[in-house]
Amino acid sequence: MTITTGEFPYAVEMRDIVLRFPGVLANDHVNFTLKKGEIHALLGENGAGKSTLMNVLAGLYRPESGEIKIKGKPVTFNSPKDAIASGIGMVHQHFMLVPTLTVTENILLGLKEPRFIMRLAKYDKKILALQEEFGLKADPSANIWQISVGEQQRVEILKTLYRGADILILDEPTAVLAPQEIEELMQTMRILVDQGKSIIFISHKLNEVKAVADRLTVLRKGKATAEGIDPQGLSRADLAELMVGREVIFQIDKKAQVPGEVVLEVDKLSTTNNRGLAAVKGVSFSIRQGEIFGIAGIAGNGQSELVEAITGLRESEGSIRINGVEVSNCSPGKAINCGVAHIPEDRTGVGTAPNLSVTKNVIMKNYTESPISNGWRINYPAAHDHAVDLKEGYDIQTPTVETQARKLSGGNLQKLILAREISGKPQLIVAMQPTRGLDVGAIESIQKLLLEQRSNGAAILLISEELDELLELSDRVAVIFNGELVGQMDASQADLNTIGMMMTGSLRSNE
Amino acid sequence: MKFPFRITFENRTEEVPKWMPLATSLGAVVAAFIINGIVLWLIGSNPFRVYKFFFNASFGSWGAFSDIVVKATPLILIGLGYSLAFRMKIISIGAEGQFYMGAFFASLVVLVPLVPLDSPKIVVLTLMAFMGILGGALYGMIPGILKAYYNVNEIITTLMLNYVAVYWNNYWIFGKYSDAGFQMTPTFDKVAWLPRLADLASKYPFFSGITLHLGVVFGLVAAILIWLILKYSRWGYEISLIGDNPKAANYAGINIKRNIVLVMIVSGALAGLAGMSEVTGVVHRLQEKISTNYGFSGVIVAWLAKLHPFAVIPVSILFGALIVAGREIQPSGISFLIQGTILFLVISSDVLLRYKVRISRRQEEVA
Ligand SMILES: Nc1ncnc2c1ncn2[C@@H]1O[C@H](COP(=O)(O)OP(=O)(O)OP(=O)(O)O)[C@@H](O)[C@H]1O
Ligand SMILES: [Mg+2]
Repeated sequence: MTITTGEFPYAVEMRDIVLRFPGVLANDHVNFTLKKGEIHALLGENGAGKSTLMNVLAGLYRPESGEIKIKGKPVTFNSPKDAIASGIGMVHQHFMLVPTLTVTENILLGLKEPRFIMRLAKYDKKILALQEEFGLKADPSANIWQISVGEQQRVEILKTLYRGADILILDEPTAVLAPQEIEELMQTMRILVDQGKSIIFISHKLNEVKAVADRLTVLRKGKATAEGIDPQGLSRADLAELMVGREVIFQIDKKAQVPGEVVLEVDKLSTTNNRGLAAVKGVSFSIRQGEIFGIAGIAGNGQSELVEAITGLRESEGSIRINGVEVSNCSPGKAINCGVAHIPEDRTGVGTAPNLSVTKNVIMKNYTESPISNGWRINYPAAHDHAVDLKEGYDIQTPTVETQARKLSGGNLQKLILAREISGKPQLIVAMQPTRGLDVGAIESIQKLLLEQRSNGAAILLISEELDELLELSDRVAVIFNGELVGQMDASQADLNTIGMMMTGSLRSNE
Repeated sequence: MKFPFRITFENRTEEVPKWMPLATSLGAVVAAFIINGIVLWLIGSNPFRVYKFFFNASFGSWGAFSDIVVKATPLILIGLGYSLAFRMKIISIGAEGQFYMGAFFASLVVLVPLVPLDSPKIVVLTLMAFMGILGGALYGMIPGILKAYYNVNEIITTLMLNYVAVYWNNYWIFGKYSDAGFQMTPTFDKVAWLPRLADLASKYPFFSGITLHLGVVFGLVAAILIWLILKYSRWGYEISLIGDNPKAANYAGINIKRNIVLVMIVSGALAGLAGMSEVTGVVHRLQEKISTNYGFSGVIVAWLAKLHPFAVIPVSILFGALIVAGREIQPSGISFLIQGTILFLVISSDVLLRYKVRISRRQEEVA
């Protein structure tokens, strides 16, 4: 379905792009072309330089060398404004919306019109018309903080369309979406190309790429290892090879083992969300040593609140016991001392301090313990060594451990968090979406790490929207729907169909 | 006809050079002098003469320089306190009030008196320092608690509490401890005077008339302590974590509320000590207007020093010079004008640290 017009076959042509950060060659003579009316997938391991290449195209970074042609015309972007003027719109990996403003206000933000008087109702209508045209639904008068992540993403896309974009860059859009929402997004992408837009789609998942993309470019360590190839014939293994440069074993090697003592016991736990509404309603379950308990469910059904209650970040009713000690409503510090590790959902907002160094980020949980702590002092040489150990042991790609955390790519940031949490030898690991946004190689290593912890006798609470992964890793699974656990079963007996129905609330079963 | 060049701000892809923060601070100061020079010129005076006068009045002699350092002393202490609070993103502007409370508490030692005035000097002065610290600390604690536990905006509370402290002070110097109806207390007994270099004049005639007192040592020691805390201590680490991402700090098990109160206490204690140093080292009594807006200038000092404890010292000396010279010049507002311009410029110059400025030729417009 590639529409090739005679005048300019390529909407975008990037040739020989070079961009360097201190200590990293993020783009090493990369070529990238986008045909008019196509969906071009961009893949690559974490830190390969995908976001960077797209930031160059969006005018955020100026490349050291190389040339860019838009619709056949050479351009030099001095700022994102120039890129927008050329019809480029980018939806970033981390959204850039103002939570307290409405959808319409966010879309209009920074535009010349409206000038002084905001006749919002008029613009609401304009935006509704745009939504109609492309099948992107989001209530124009709702505030951003009130709407789901999927809707926020649609707002980001609407924002670019409103500015007249016909070349869209979507940076890992599916990483934050539930399976249902992913389906909708793909539908939208198809509508957009049918209307003559061209799309660059960054993803880590081959099935998504196969489902929507016409062509595929793969980056590895700043270099393109495949340029504009056809994704259809490609197998998972081929792609993994292109991305990480070695074979990836997809087989999860989970040994049967008998679980030990009960570590976590949750009894009739209830809690509310940020808006004061009931989010978790009388949930009970327990996890033993050496056991992975998986909770499936569509985002927003109480998972975040449940995790926050267990890790001391949210007040709750009912009882939470860790190794027999009551910890409900205790401080996060107490939970840490009880041996609870937490891999949070929001890695930039909660899991890390973006402007501090990698070293300062990896000592977040153990800076009060020897050898990192030395009385009132922090032993920075020891902290440095610890950081270097983790960087090497967990293959965190960063030029040095003194680099600010915000300069790490999304996947490497996740590895940093995992390294920090697991290195504390936890009794209980609460992992929320631990492999989201990671490349196949990293997913493999993180799954291995979790299984290793299981063999070491840790109890693991795994919350994920990746059903395949959840079923493969877990010993037992449950489904959370509307704040309630609607079924607990052995992972070996669970089938995708039943779980899928439970996730949408159309089936309930209790043991 | 369009301006042939365009100026764009680009995201930095390289590290900010180490010298940049220093250069932008210096640049802000120089630019402030140039802008105010133009203002002076516009109102009909000769900026060069004014600045020359400024310079002579401040750095012209040892005596003048000592006056500057005396003025810089409270600024160092207050600037350090602000640096600590600002690093945690607490926007306190309450040092003025904490300074007055420190001065008041310290003065009570002599006014009540809390110890017999024939006690050794070291006892009296140590107690006064302790009381000054206590007064400032308590007065810093109030907005700290309000912010931490009741989510009350600290900018408003610290600002308002500044007025409360000034009038509190006035009440006592008019009402109870007035010296013959004047708005000041009687001069303190010499036992409550901080040692001055001038005290050594009988042995070393060079020091005669040199006003420099022991308070400056408080400032230097405090700078070293704060530097050690920030760079090496667990608490300093907690402050940087809270300052960068409070949610991450909470997740790491740090008690943020307690830290807010703690930082406000320490910040207040430093301002309180500045108040003590001023009444015992300079005015030797409690009176009205013991502060020449130190609480305000301290904010600028902290920003200009980029919240670095050692940088606070030279910056305070510069501001001491502005205050001293400001006394000698009419209209006296010039000195505040310069201070204000510096603050404005130093905050705006942060843009240069975040972005790279590129000046390029406009591309030919295509019809
Ligand atoms: N502002 C920056 N300063 C310094 N280094 C950076 C900066 N941004 C990115 N990098 C580095 O450049 C490399 C490429 O990063 P980029 O974000 O483009 O990766 P990515 O392919 O998008 O990865 P992911 O899939 O994890 O999002 C990484 O090694 C990263 O650490
Ligand atoms: Mg990325």
